[in-house]
Amino acid sequence: MADTERARPTLAVWKFASCDGCQLTLLDCEDELLDLADQVRISHFLEASSQVLPGPYDLSLVEGSITTAADSRRIREVRAQSKVLVTIGACATAGGIQALRNFGDVDEFRAAVYASPEYIETLATSTAIADHVPVDFELRGCPIDKGQLIELITAFLAGRKPNVPDTSVCTQCKRRGLTCVMVAHGTPCLGPVTHAGCGALCPAVGRGCYGCFGPMTGANLPALTRQLHECGMSDRAVDLVFSTFNAAAPGFARKDSGR
Amino acid sequence: MTAGSRELRVSALARIEGESALRIVLSDGQVSDVQLRIYEPPRFFEAFLRGRQHTEVSDITSRICGICPVAYQASAWQAIEAVCGAEPTEAITALRRLLYCGEWISSHALHIYLLHAPDFLGYPDVVSMARDHRAIVERGLRLKKTGNAVLEAIGGRAIHPVNTRVGGFYRAPTAAELIPLVEKLREALDDALATTAWVAGFEFPDVELDCDLLAVTRPAAYAIESGTVTSASGLTFPARNFSDHVAEHQVPHSTALHATFDGRLFLTGPLARYTISSALLSPVARQAAQTAGLRDTCRNPYRSIIVRAVETVYAITEALRIIHAYERPDPSFIPVPPAAGVGHGVSEAPRGLLYHRYEIDPAGRIESATIVPPTSQNQAAIEADLRGVAAAGLHLPDAELTAACERTIRNYDPCISCSAHFLKLTVDRR
Repeated sequence: MADTERARPTLAVWKFASCDGCQLTLLDCEDELLDLADQVRISHFLEASSQVLPGPYDLSLVEGSITTAADSRRIREVRAQSKVLVTIGACATAGGIQALRNFGDVDEFRAAVYASPEYIETLATSTAIADHVPVDFELRGCPIDKGQLIELITAFLAGRKPNVPDTSVCTQCKRRGLTCVMVAHGTPCLGPVTHAGCGALCPAVGRGCYGCFGPMTGANLPALTRQLHECGMSDRAVDLVFSTFNAAAPGFARKDSGR
Repeated sequence: MTAGSRELRVSALARIEGESALRIVLSDGQVSDVQLRIYEPPRFFEAFLRGRQHTEVSDITSRICGICPVAYQASAWQAIEAVCGAEPTEAITALRRLLYCGEWISSHALHIYLLHAPDFLGYPDVVSMARDHRAIVERGLRLKKTGNAVLEAIGGRAIHPVNTRVGGFYRAPTAAELIPLVEKLREALDDALATTAWVAGFEFPDVELDCDLLAVTRPAAYAIESGTVTSASGLTFPARNFSDHVAEHQVPHSTALHATFDGRLFLTGPLARYTISSALLSPVARQAAQTAGLRDTCRNPYRSIIVRAVETVYAITEALRIIHAYERPDPSFIPVPPAAGVGHGVSEAPRGLLYHRYEIDPAGRIESATIVPPTSQNQAAIEADLRGVAAAGLHLPDAELTAACERTIRNYDPCISCSAHFLKLTVDRR
């Protein structure tokens, strides 16, 4: 028993600026959670356990973005204690919705929300984890997909690369046999430039993809932007649709878009 | 430091959603300071919502909280639809209530089994609890999964639903698509009743909160997705008058704002909802409450776990009722053309009252946004409770007193991530 205890790899879950939704995705694995806990030793997961075991950790899942000076130091400590570090979700991989401050005046933001802004410690930017420390793998999404999370942990335990395709939402949409909302109905859709992973949830309900998994590699933003205009979107509307949960991701940021 | 002085600190509280810490200073046999510090970094939602289109708001506000995204969508729809004079059909409203029931079931099961019950049974987490109580933990996970199944069937996704919009839904499910939920919900009803009986057997310290209570109410139903605001002290007012009564002020130790109700300490959440509206629960939920030993009101924060279980029973019976009476909304949404004005929305997130206010220009652009989450309303009451717990536990060694304080905080299911604007335990003994 003691031998098994030593042999199990350790898992740590870390939170930075975020909504908790991506680490909740781990607890949402209702069918797999107890079996997973037999395979890995959950050593640091504050949302789920008051027991904290010391590092180093074999696998660290990092949620959230870096928005304070203290957190920019803490992520370095986390990296130093982690053999494999995987970022989970749009906040950790791209800075999240809170990266909209990067394009505004953070002092004005602070004054708009708090009566005594001097009490509030924050950086002027919200940045991805990879901007601060080396990251071994990224899981995209706002929030991440449960199936991809389980695939990631399974691959880690098996010592192989996770099967997480870097294609567009369109590929998953086609495989589901869904009708293209843009071609058939003229509904603006970010599917052609958005990283796959969700399973084409929005087109399945007749809604255009709104890009919550962020840009795929090699996305052709200028071409899609023309198409969005054809669907009747104004410059402002196009600007807004790319300025959400992955607003600061290279690829969706204004300078990369051809807008 | 004098001989009689000490400081207790918990730098990162566990089994709550988000980042907070506790600091308690005990000096010469008295509690001199209690601070529940929310150090969750500020994310400035209210600032960057300005300039956004009224149709985008609910997709953005859902990202405030991964545990209760539907609440953050619902309060936003309500406020924006009020400005634009759009009144969703009964069929749309019923489908929204069904979606919200899914969030109550899922969030309550998470709190009861994964976050709260380990405190009563002496485990650090659900995984170690499962070693001794596997079947019970599996029951809790099954309940949670059914809540998520409702969220997925109606909302398209459990966390940050994609099928929702101002005016209604992108696509309304067919009646046939809801049928698979019925069998799951019937099983969940048995599980929720067993949960209520299980938690009723826990040991509860004898404490009563004497602060005022605030909840959303409706004349003929236990309020979830909308209603008017009612206090235990007997005041009722519409959402638009919320800021006349609930004032937020900033405290140096927290990124959350503290709130008072007409200048007084108050609490929102399950205890408030139950105490104000228990008569409106479904017969099955009322009977479950009675069997579990609850009276018509409940002001014991430890017993909130029973109230959550009863509310889970209620949410399941409501979900079944709505599905049985389901008429597919057609169209699935009503148009919400932009209009200038100010709108207010209130709904009952699983952890308490959530208020939104938006000022919108004639083109539908958001000019200002105010979001008052339940945890910032509850923070002062939680600190007051902690002060009492610390005062009563002065004789305890630091580790025991700290554990008692952490337990106290978890009684309130605080959701720190809801730091739209928003709470660390340290105990100082001086």
